[in-house]
Amino acid sequence: MANAILEVKGVTKTFPGVKALDDVHFTLERGAVHALVGENGAGKSTLMLTLGGVYKPDSGQILLEGRPVDFDSAHDANQAGISVVYQELSLVPNLSVAENIFAHRQPTRSLNLIHWDKLHRDTRELLKRFGSEHIEPRTPVAQLSMARRQVVEILKAMSVGPKILILDEPTSSLTDVEAKELFANIRKLKAEGISIIYISHHLSEIFEIADTVTVLRDGKHVCDAAVDQINEEFLIANMVGRKIGNIYGERDPGAKIGEVLFEARDLARKGEFEAISLKVRKGEIVGVAGLVGSGRTELGRAIFGAEPADSGQLFLHGRPLAVRSTKQAIANRIGYLTEDRKSHGLYLDFDIKNNLVANHLGDFCSRGGFLRRGMMEEFAAKSVRDFRIVTPGINQVLNNLSGGNQQKVLVSAWFGIRPDFLIVDEPTRGVDVGARSDIYQLLRDFARGGIGIMLISSDLPEILGISDRVYVMREGRLAGELARDQATEENVISLAAGVLTRTKELPQ
Amino acid sequence: MNILQRLVRQREFVIFMIVLAVVVAMSFASPIFLTEGNILALLLSLSIQSMMAVGMVNLMIGGGFDMSVGSILGFTGIIVAMIMKAGVPVPLAVLIGLLVGVAIGLWNGMVVAKLKINPFVTTLASLSIFRGLTFALTSGRNIAELPKAFKAIGQTRIAGVQLPIIYALVLVVVGDIVMRNSRFFRQNYYIGGNEKAARLSGINVDGMTIFNYVLTGVLAAFAGIVFTARMGAASCQAGTGWELGVITAVILGGASLRGGSGSVFGSFLGVLLMALISTSLTLLNVDVYWQQFVVGVVLITAVLIDTLGSARSGGAQVKKQITGGKAA
Repeated sequence: MANAILEVKGVTKTFPGVKALDDVHFTLERGAVHALVGENGAGKSTLMLTLGGVYKPDSGQILLEGRPVDFDSAHDANQAGISVVYQELSLVPNLSVAENIFAHRQPTRSLNLIHWDKLHRDTRELLKRFGSEHIEPRTPVAQLSMARRQVVEILKAMSVGPKILILDEPTSSLTDVEAKELFANIRKLKAEGISIIYISHHLSEIFEIADTVTVLRDGKHVCDAAVDQINEEFLIANMVGRKIGNIYGERDPGAKIGEVLFEARDLARKGEFEAISLKVRKGEIVGVAGLVGSGRTELGRAIFGAEPADSGQLFLHGRPLAVRSTKQAIANRIGYLTEDRKSHGLYLDFDIKNNLVANHLGDFCSRGGFLRRGMMEEFAAKSVRDFRIVTPGINQVLNNLSGGNQQKVLVSAWFGIRPDFLIVDEPTRGVDVGARSDIYQLLRDFARGGIGIMLISSDLPEILGISDRVYVMREGRLAGELARDQATEENVISLAAGVLTRTKELPQ
Repeated sequence: MNILQRLVRQREFVIFMIVLAVVVAMSFASPIFLTEGNILALLLSLSIQSMMAVGMVNLMIGGGFDMSVGSILGFTGIIVAMIMKAGVPVPLAVLIGLLVGVAIGLWNGMVVAKLKINPFVTTLASLSIFRGLTFALTSGRNIAELPKAFKAIGQTRIAGVQLPIIYALVLVVVGDIVMRNSRFFRQNYYIGGNEKAARLSGINVDGMTIFNYVLTGVLAAFAGIVFTARMGAASCQAGTGWELGVITAVILGGASLRGGSGSVFGSFLGVLLMALISTSLTLLNVDVYWQQFVVGVVLITAVLIDTLGSARSGGAQVKKQITGGKAA
């Protein structure tokens, strides 16, 4: 192909026990936005890291503008014109925006001393080029919102003047408005002739921004397609390798919603939320929607006792409930699935077994307080079966599982406390389609068993897809309550935003 | 954020204000505090630790840690004294002494960077090894009657100011400038702040780590040479436990055990504050045993001011950001 800027030919990469890439072929056209999709573990990240010079392929060839290349480091790839915007932000929090963008490439004067004025000038120019003049080059990155950090990350990649830019899940921490800005910037880059590889779980974004798409599954190349000739179903079917009808599943017509299980009256926590009154019934999945910073997560954490409310009352089974700590919440059979499984929810260096028992270790102890391994193993094996966790065994360390399977471990760990009331916060963030549909099914199964579920999520289709009722929060207050048949995307958004066109920024 | 809040969040500023407060209070409490003699004595007493602190803060910014600086100081002093006694000329002996510091730093750095052994464990072993060697080589005896030319290194005065003070001030000023402004030393802020990011930016993390240990080692060796010259004799005990004082001062001055922060100026203020406390307590006739107690209280107070300050502003911010996500 005359117009190909990058060709990947038969690249294979093996890690102990896994063939992460298996004879992958893939061509990037000059000036195109090429999406790369696949479930977690499909090989997207490995391919990205290989192109970015972090990994070396075991076999196969990478051609950049027709010439074979062989990178020894990320720096090499950078020099050759390939820049990667990593999903896990690669910024240094203590350093300024300017020093992060020009990391180790700061302009210098004599004696290798940094030319600060020029550094800040160059940074300001770059920020201006991408319509981000509102970011001050001297601000430490730690003081920026996630969205602005993402901008800094992209500018860092852009500052070397790459020919190819690889974006890995760039919208995972952005609001919709911020994502739109990002897309505008991507189009600008494309107009400048830069070729882009775009990796995302959000299929709708692919249809918005990409020209072509490559699907990977289990390390193998499945298909290439022009985006305007396919639809979302086609992609999902190719990613999963089987047809998934409605990923949210269907409501069981026989499922009954019972009496009120949990109630909050006038709950408030200074600076975060106030005057929150809500109810959750037995067998009901109640969605809590709202913009970032609307107090959704804070509310969930307050009910669970992680950062307790300042005032207001809680009732469970009609009885007043005093929850001042997470320990009390667990004793009352309230569970909480954190939105941030990596830093709050799981012990990634531990195996599945130990993660599953961590929040109710007492159940596995003998009278003398010693752990009973047999019981733990039995419980873990049963959970792995019941929750369809894909793993070689219960002794597998969590770091080796895909995001979706980690999330299933978290769900099953909380199910282990036999909760009556379960708060789930962003249960499917970073989880691929197949595992997502499993998790929704699990939540529905819990509800059918009589558990009340409070679903906090910023993924609107998810809220609408599985909730029986939806509360919408805005700026720390309840903006409204919608029954299932009123809960449309439009209604939720207008309640959440108040004024639709206003951009919601995080407080600085 | 107004300027005052911004300043308070700079650890240097907090320490500077404490130093100022102590100086003002002491100038009223003791008539001899602000005399030239007392100030020079104070500076002389902190000069050795200041030299070691310059190396230590550079290392700690880059995420490293060195427990062996006190032992390097003592070992170098003994080696230099021994070879001079054996007839090696003074300049060559000093050079060999510095090379001893380079070699120990290289060893520490290689073990940490290449074998990935924890810095605390690695340098704790070096602390023991080189203190042990110091005693073994001398059978625990001190070495006195060193050449005059050697003693001049630590005892000469220029315009009334002892040379060790001048060495220390030059190192602090140059160190502060290069660590703030040179691209080479700036690499440490990236390494300590986010090692993965540093690697991706093309920074030679292992090489820099080894360099940091070598610099710490050579500065500790230099401090050992100056200290021995000043005393006019090499002592087996020299530098015992000083690593803790240096590390305390560097943390007081804004460095973090996790790396990524700190400055030479801050570290110097840390050393200064500790010396001030000890001088002040002596002038106030407080029992010498209270000095360590006060240093501990000051250390935890400074760190608490910092942590509570960032919990109120930065901490809440970070939490808000963690709750980020796609808006409904």
